[in-house]
Amino acid sequence: MKILTGNDLRSGDVVWWTGARWSRHVEDAFDVGENGERIAREEEAARRVNVPYVIDAVATPEGPRPAHIKDRVRALGPTVRIDLTLKPADPAAGSWVI
Amino acid sequence: MYKYDQYDQSIVDTRVAEFRDQVERRLSGALSEDQFKPLRLMNGLYLQLHAYMLRVAVPYGTLDSRQMRMLGHIARKYDRGYGHFTTRQNIQYNWIKLEDAPDILAELATVEMHAIQTSGNCIRNISSDQFAGAAADEVTDPRPWAELLRQWSSFHPEFSYLPRKFKIAVIASAQDRAAMRLHDIGIEIVDRDGEHGARIFVGGGMGRTPMIAPEIRDFVPLADLLSYLEACLRVYNRHGRRDNIYKARIKILIHEIGADAYRDQVEAEFTQVKALGIDPPQAEFDRIAAFFAPPPFDVSASDVLDRSDPDFAVWLDQNVSAHKVPGYAVATISLKPVGGIPGDATAEQIDVMADLAERYSFDECRVTHAQNIVLPHVCKSDLHAVWSALSDAGLAEANLDLISDIIACPGLDYCSLANARSIPVAQKIATRFADLGRQRELGELKLKISGCINACGHHHAGHIGILGVDKKGTENYQLSLGGSGAEDVSLAKITGPGFDEDGVVDAVEKVTDCYLSLREDGERFVDTYRRVGMEPFKAVLYG
Repeated sequence: MKILTGNDLRSGDVVWWTGARWSRHVEDAFDVGENGERIAREEEAARRVNVPYVIDAVATPEGPRPAHIKDRVRALGPTVRIDLTLKPADPAAGSWVI
Repeated sequence: MYKYDQYDQSIVDTRVAEFRDQVERRLSGALSEDQFKPLRLMNGLYLQLHAYMLRVAVPYGTLDSRQMRMLGHIARKYDRGYGHFTTRQNIQYNWIKLEDAPDILAELATVEMHAIQTSGNCIRNISSDQFAGAAADEVTDPRPWAELLRQWSSFHPEFSYLPRKFKIAVIASAQDRAAMRLHDIGIEIVDRDGEHGARIFVGGGMGRTPMIAPEIRDFVPLADLLSYLEACLRVYNRHGRRDNIYKARIKILIHEIGADAYRDQVEAEFTQVKALGIDPPQAEFDRIAAFFAPPPFDVSASDVLDRSDPDFAVWLDQNVSAHKVPGYAVATISLKPVGGIPGDATAEQIDVMADLAERYSFDECRVTHAQNIVLPHVCKSDLHAVWSALSDAGLAEANLDLISDIIACPGLDYCSLANARSIPVAQKIATRFADLGRQRELGELKLKISGCINACGHHHAGHIGILGVDKKGTENYQLSLGGSGAEDVSLAKITGPGFDEDGVVDAVEKVTDCYLSLREDGERFVDTYRRVGMEPFKAVLYG
């Protein structure tokens, strides 16, 4: 599957396209199929996202996971500071990153 | 400490106002990202893996307590409670919001700080010896010259759009604590028959094509220094490759045409430039130098130290260096706790270091290129109090220049350029060698880790270097041996095939065990490597 990611223009937060809006959680990401580039252009023009790009992902029971480690690190946060990730209460949160 | 005059302050304040307007136009849509990106980079604002990253300039690594406290305040108010001290003697924040960036720059400007020229193809922050003004072995304090170069290079109209970024280091000791010959221009101030001049090295650097800078001039009278550097930059600006980013650094130009041909062009250009009269009058240099006058040392300060506390004694032996004034010492604060992130400090730790600088070091501290902090002028009788306060703050690791004092770039955990993570490898190696007795048995051993070929972690200059690469989508780590960024400068050589994350930790241990079995009396790791060569180490690594 292909999913669309970028950074929120104002905050810089990593965000994922859900099909209708941008979410901070990769689990919400939506399979954009062949429409990723078009959505990226529209959303960037509307200043709802910064530097959006399409990546390959794998569907899992827990939701989409980026295929490449770099985007998995983007999705969770730094692997060396679990306290700063999106799931600080879950010490196993990073188990799918590496 | 140099203090801004009205011109300095006006320039920085004006830049803040300009950037505030640019951010507003970006947020309103008047500027696209393509239009805005070069503007934010001119103010040190990158878009990294998780958020905007702001790199703040610390000229030649020197800070007073007011500035240091501001760095803690920025970490606390605008970031996530910490900052990362870098190999360029700067600090960077990893979690900045674009809409906050103008306010951050405005707050920095109140303490004479900014983020100008921390990015872009310009002359970057001038780096220097973190022991400047305190080192027992220095010819003179190099910082007035570094400050002169800062003023010369900031907004230099001819050198604002060079072929690539440009880095200059200034030292004034035979002992190189600034990796001088791994800069685009390295300057060593020397004394020749009572006259101070500069040895000029041009064309060093790391990255994908590491080079040691060759000497271009063995003595430039300091009265001619700016003219000579202007000539060096002009030749590069004229001939440096702008068509290929990988061949754009001055090291490539000098490698291509040869040091002799480059020198000939610089000398011809120097003759022209000198006639322009850009070197400052002595009175102007004296004005700058006056800001770096020695602090009011207590000439009756005692040299006696109470070493009865064994932990304190170890810290003294490992992290405290000789000062040129009797009764004083230079204390290095390690930002490398075992298992910690090299170079990171919390806002609270930054405040502690600011307090100690104010109370015990004539209001001065320094950032080192090895990602540590220095208190340059501590009365020996105060060292125990300093150490106690550092211990309470988790800053008393007695591991300076030992295997756990690792330089590591942010790597794939933060950096959008990286291919592999650096920090976890540093943490695992430091943890493997956590026993301080074992570290001290190994002796001086500089281990440096980069998460990509750009070499921000200086792996080429590591006695042991590690480079993380992407191998078919997984992290792989190449090991190299024999580098040095010091006065015995050398480039490390790759041992052979790379390792996975745990494998490279094991490999480092095999290499150090091999060293212990081979070393002769008084040898550091790098000395043994240079004597015996690569083969014994390859044998234990690859069988």
